[in-house]
Amino acid sequence: MSDKVAITLTINGRDHAIAVEPRRTLADAIREDCGQTGTHIGCEHGVCGACTVIVNGEPVRSCLMFAAQAAGKKIRTVEGLANGDELHPLQRAFMDHHGLQCGFCTPGFLMLAAGVLEREPDISDDDLLDVLSSNLCRCTGYQNIIKAVRAAAKEMRAK
Amino acid sequence: MTAHTEGSGTTWVGRAIRRLEDPALVTGQGRFTADLPAAHWVRFVRSSAAAGRVESITAPPGAMMITAADLKGVKPIRPMLHKFNYKPIAQPILADGEVRFVGECVAAVVAESEEIAEDIVEQVDVAIAPLTPLSDSRDALQTGARSLHVEAPGNVIVEGAVKTADFDAAWNGAAKRIKLEARSNRQNATPMEPRAGHAAYDAASGRVTLTCTTQMPHLTRTAIADVLGMPESDLRVIAPDVGGGFGQKMSLAPEYVLLVWLARKLKSSVAWTEDRRENLIAGFHSRDQYVTLEGAFDTNGKLIALSAELISNIGAYSCFPTTCGVEPLMAMAEFPGPYDVRAYACRARGVATNTCPMAPYRGVSRPVITFTLERLMDKAAAAFGIEPVEIRRRNLIDKFPYTSATGLVFDEATYKQTLEMAVEAIDLPAFRARQKTARAQGRYLGIGFATFSERTGYGSPAFAARGMEITPGWETVELSIDPSGFVEARIGTSPHGQGLRTTLAQIIADEIGVEPQRIRVIHGDTDRSPYGWGTFASRSLVISGGAALIAARKVRAKLVKIASHLLEAAPDDIVLELGEAKVTGTDRRVSIATMAREAYHQTHRFKGEIEPGLSESGSYDPGGTFSNACHVAIVEVDIETGRVRVEKFLVAEDAGRIINPMIADGQVHGGVAQGIGNALLEEIIYDETGNILSSTLADYLPPTAHEIPPIELHHIETHTEASITKAKGLGEGGAIGAPAAVMNAINDALAPFGVSIDEMPATPQRIRAALRNAEQSA
Repeated sequence: MSDKVAITLTINGRDHAIAVEPRRTLADAIREDCGQTGTHIGCEHGVCGACTVIVNGEPVRSCLMFAAQAAGKKIRTVEGLANGDELHPLQRAFMDHHGLQCGFCTPGFLMLAAGVLEREPDISDDDLLDVLSSNLCRCTGYQNIIKAVRAAAKEMRAK
Repeated sequence: MTAHTEGSGTTWVGRAIRRLEDPALVTGQGRFTADLPAAHWVRFVRSSAAAGRVESITAPPGAMMITAADLKGVKPIRPMLHKFNYKPIAQPILADGEVRFVGECVAAVVAESEEIAEDIVEQVDVAIAPLTPLSDSRDALQTGARSLHVEAPGNVIVEGAVKTADFDAAWNGAAKRIKLEARSNRQNATPMEPRAGHAAYDAASGRVTLTCTTQMPHLTRTAIADVLGMPESDLRVIAPDVGGGFGQKMSLAPEYVLLVWLARKLKSSVAWTEDRRENLIAGFHSRDQYVTLEGAFDTNGKLIALSAELISNIGAYSCFPTTCGVEPLMAMAEFPGPYDVRAYACRARGVATNTCPMAPYRGVSRPVITFTLERLMDKAAAAFGIEPVEIRRRNLIDKFPYTSATGLVFDEATYKQTLEMAVEAIDLPAFRARQKTARAQGRYLGIGFATFSERTGYGSPAFAARGMEITPGWETVELSIDPSGFVEARIGTSPHGQGLRTTLAQIIADEIGVEPQRIRVIHGDTDRSPYGWGTFASRSLVISGGAALIAARKVRAKLVKIASHLLEAAPDDIVLELGEAKVTGTDRRVSIATMAREAYHQTHRFKGEIEPGLSESGSYDPGGTFSNACHVAIVEVDIETGRVRVEKFLVAEDAGRIINPMIADGQVHGGVAQGIGNALLEEIIYDETGNILSSTLADYLPPTAHEIPPIELHHIETHTEASITKAKGLGEGGAIGAPAAVMNAINDALAPFGVSIDEMPATPQRIRAALRNAEQSA
């Protein structure tokens, strides 16, 4: 196809020097070239949000971004959400409120919610519902995802 | 709704403990099939024609491409039923001369990366001489319609019929007969993880390990070994973390067979990860049924006879292992639902068409049965001028055991109690008042009820009644305590989101007196787990849970024997709790870890009276039980746009003993959400050429958080003798009741217009069309 280009992806504070085709998506590069398989691919057309990661502070669908576009930017994935052994409040809340079943969509929901709550800690319940409607989950019926994110938001505000 | 509560005390069943599955999954440490690296990648060349003869397949120079001609000696997939006039049609692994649906695998391209394989696929030229496609089951039934398979002239693959002796008399003696013509359109179960397979050859042993997204690893191994003519022991199948299945990942994918064949040929590792388009066009579909239902009622609104006719579009091939009989034959057995009706007649047919093959999908048949039966009840209530709730009161069964018109034995349940619980919780009189006020303002609110039974946890006798060549049913659990005192349960079922590692650990923990956190449940690996059938049909907690209890009782008995020996006490005086055996009324105690050491390393002390080791096995094959529930939906319909908003959803359910309330609630939530999607949004659409118009998630619409209202749950726990754990199972119930409740609510909202909307999904277009027709005929 086309020649590979050398780029460096900075994922969870660690640099990954990789060579990718210009057409390679960020999702594929994170998973296959950088070995971070916690980010999942559900549709590859930007609807389901399973591949959501945070790039320079904003949640993005990594299947809709080329890896080359993310070079030099700060990428955060689910593997970097916990602080060492201490889980992020969202991770704890998803476990406490049964916000996951099969767990395939979970990394995307966690990164979506983390990105939004960091930028907008006082987000209203209605606006939060709007945000969470951008990702798909097939197991939970969303009830406990919404509860978990609201509980985590409350805890994060209290800190 | 239940969040986790660790609680206290020494028993674990009934407590909402956190799931043991979760720490890995929330930190990105889950292991899914597509996470594995491979030396070779496969992309499939798929048919762009719904029906036709393959004239040529041409790959670009240098490409590695496999076609049917390469697969000499590989048998087709040919599942079998020995009853109901079943025609054993065959599905080749790659299309062999003829294509029968858009998306069928015609060839496989192998390359060193997925991208390169995909580039090559785009250059493969497939010449197909088209045949007239038949997408609709009614067209395929027409006299003179082309037959898809030589084995099945006329396209009927399976046909069941039943008529009770008293049917004609009851039918002719009716005061009123109410008829319903309904359709449930085609769906895709849409697990968030598409299917994926990875086959790796081991040169030392000559074995292949297939890691794949399956709900039934042991059956996958049996099927592939049969098709390829290899010993089962040369194949290991692993279901790692699987991202939802809902039935779609139960049936054998021909793609997996090809991966194993390729791994053996190349003596290497080969992988395929389905993309969403492949999943939507070829990853198995569901539903797509026409139902004609007619009820005969006496003057009091009591149903005295029921007549059902079901046409089930099975797609181009019959799915392994259940066969395409799974939908029509379950419908025939269970159409009377939870109602007391003695006179019954039914004809149910499965018809082949040029569409993607069907697989079971959460609820199997019951979502359509319940949708149509509950619509019939509401229409009858209107004809008798009574509340929908009232006609259900007059017809629900309330004496147990109850033997149905088709011979099913209903164990004790709470059909009427859950109905009354729901009516009270939703405050029906208050809703009717609000509905009246809203109508006066031009707003159309409606309420819909659905009462239903969910047959669960049935073992081999129930499957044998269908005449299945492969008759599933039982489950085995092997339970071991290792010399360090750690407990391992190896199970034949294959959970993929249901939380079974946690709930089985709770059941075992109570028997042997250890914390669930000290119990590791191993599943989804044919080298590590005993033969079993997998996770489907709301069966795992009932059947695997029962087997776990039996195995745990045996281990308990052995621990008591060892403790009795070590503590020099009578077995009846030994209690097991908190990781210890104690002699009641004394301070004498010994830890399970110490007993485990003794059982392995100090066996000479037992003088041959106790067998070495601490491993026991339990199997369970129950007759089955029935969970039940009443679902209530409140909707508002915008008559200008046809849009439906579900305002509130309420479930009053009885699934027997609840092992973990948090997990049980989650199962109901998820099922209800899928049911709402079924009623309002999800539809696979074929055009007149047999091509699929809904091949992205922008066209096929699973609900988002916006479409699912708050779901209020109420529970009753009836402890049945039909299940040794008293758990009845509830994996499918949410998806069974919700479509009917939503459809009844829409029709209740639109009652002033005299329309009857009996086709799912009730899209804005369908609702507007019904309202337009009503206006024109007024």
